[in-house]
Amino acid sequence: MYDPTGQETLCPAGVEDMTVVTNERIAERIFRMTLAGNLVDKMVCPGQFVHVKCGSGSVPLLRRPISISDVDADQQQFTMIYRVEGEGTRLLSRMHPGEQVNVLGPLGQGYPIKQRKSGEHAVLVGGGVGVPPLYYLGRKLVEKGVRVTSVIGFGSREQVFLENELKELGDVYVTTMDGSHGTRGLVTDVLTVGDVDPWDVLYSCGPIPMLKALQELYGKEQTEAYISLEQRMGCGVGACLACVCHPSEETRQNTGKRYFKICSDGPVFGLREVAL
Amino acid sequence: MGTATTSERLQVKLGDITLKNPVMPASGCFGFGREYARFYDLSRLGAIAVKATTVEERLGNPTPRVAETEAGMLNAIGLQNPGMDSVIQEELPWLQQFDLPVFVNIAGTTVEDYVEVADTISRQPGVTALELNISCPNVKCGGISFGTDPQIAADLTREVKKVSRVPVFVKLSPNVTDIVSIATEVEKAGADGLSMINTLVGMRLDIRTGRPILSNQSGGLSGPAIKPVAIRMIWEVSQSVNIPIIGMGGIQNAEDVAEFFMAGASAVAIGTANFVNPYVCPEVIDSLPALLDDLGVDKISELTGRGWRR
Repeated sequence: MYDPTGQETLCPAGVEDMTVVTNERIAERIFRMTLAGNLVDKMVCPGQFVHVKCGSGSVPLLRRPISISDVDADQQQFTMIYRVEGEGTRLLSRMHPGEQVNVLGPLGQGYPIKQRKSGEHAVLVGGGVGVPPLYYLGRKLVEKGVRVTSVIGFGSREQVFLENELKELGDVYVTTMDGSHGTRGLVTDVLTVGDVDPWDVLYSCGPIPMLKALQELYGKEQTEAYISLEQRMGCGVGACLACVCHPSEETRQNTGKRYFKICSDGPVFGLREVAL
Repeated sequence: MGTATTSERLQVKLGDITLKNPVMPASGCFGFGREYARFYDLSRLGAIAVKATTVEERLGNPTPRVAETEAGMLNAIGLQNPGMDSVIQEELPWLQQFDLPVFVNIAGTTVEDYVEVADTISRQPGVTALELNISCPNVKCGGISFGTDPQIAADLTREVKKVSRVPVFVKLSPNVTDIVSIATEVEKAGADGLSMINTLVGMRLDIRTGRPILSNQSGGLSGPAIKPVAIRMIWEVSQSVNIPIIGMGGIQNAEDVAEFFMAGASAVAIGTANFVNPYVCPEVIDSLPALLDDLGVDKISELTGRGWRR
């Protein structure tokens, strides 16, 4: 367990009808929504998520977990970036400024950054719709004087987003599967060629195959690294046990833990903490 | 309009058990209460039905464990729970800080399992009643296999009643041809009350892969989609038994509570709606008095069976 006290990310959650400020398409099937409301005051930990009610009726019934991508505390606004996958996110993508969205959050344990020191180097590794939480994390790290390098991967040029925003924080390496933008291939292809300077800590969010590749590359070393997981969720607060994952053998032996709840123990875990 | 005070208006009785209001979270949808205690004081609830407890720890099914449906959801958690020793040491003492009747849902693979959990759990301080889970559709043995045959259900009820120090409510499965025959057999075997309904077995496929979305393939359907099924079953069963019924299945608001009462329920449990709105239980409780005014009813208990009583 990276933070046995739980102090760092013990943020109280709430429920609020928040007001849509902007809602725009920024890449293929990718939308960025900015919402205003009092819950923003609680969104101090990067890597947390909100559980969003899409539409007001019983269809779709459940909330959708979406990561917090940026926070503007002064304006009491936060930004979430989501991919249109099904009926819920489709409804969300059609919302207009001034309309209300019911938000539960912020939820989960975010990325630990308390122990980061000025002058350190952090590398942020993101894949597709896993990139958004890394932006708020990057901003927080830069505020602390940490040097940030981003390595972000997408399917193709049409799907690339947050590249320019991340460039304002530090160096950015982009990969696409089809080579239509940046380096052809995967984020791990950039990490393994040695272009990125040695780092003190790695933070990641993305598809399971990418996270598995990171475990294979760095799981044996003592590199400090954190990953954020995604899973179908029910309650989002740790009660329903829908979104569990397995601890690694090492974690199981050290802690006796036999499962983690992604929504409340995570979504961020130490790289070696979970079995993917 | 009558003269009952607000607290008297919502008070209900389940046999010898008195609840300050008729709303409890349903088993499996509320853990052991800790997660929702972050949102409100659990003492506001009429009672709590905690997660199914088995003799040994159970790790449940692989993920994905939930799939959304039209106005509902499928789950196949698989009775994941920390086992009865941990529940006794960690969860039940923690719940005692609240003014809250506790219904402990118990499950097992064999009759001996059920008897062992019932015997042990019912001795614990703060346990108000047992809810006998003979209707979980998501485990290979135990659960629903006890709930689909009237005689097997009755035999299990009888064995559990022999050892239990507290009233036993039997949670019935809707996945049966004739729920009335099961309910009446369970009553004859000594059940103190019924909880109904558990989830309906269902399934969803991912059309991209052609495969089931749930790793367990099938799961239990809950949410507003199943409310009419629950209403019909409670309507039929409540006219055939003389023990109280805790009604559940898709309840989202005070109007739904009234409908369950009119069908024959004496209290209700709210499940899936907690996932949508963590405050749903206290919100429903708070909105009941105004609804009773609208309906011209003094006490909510007067609504039980109003649909069929002549």
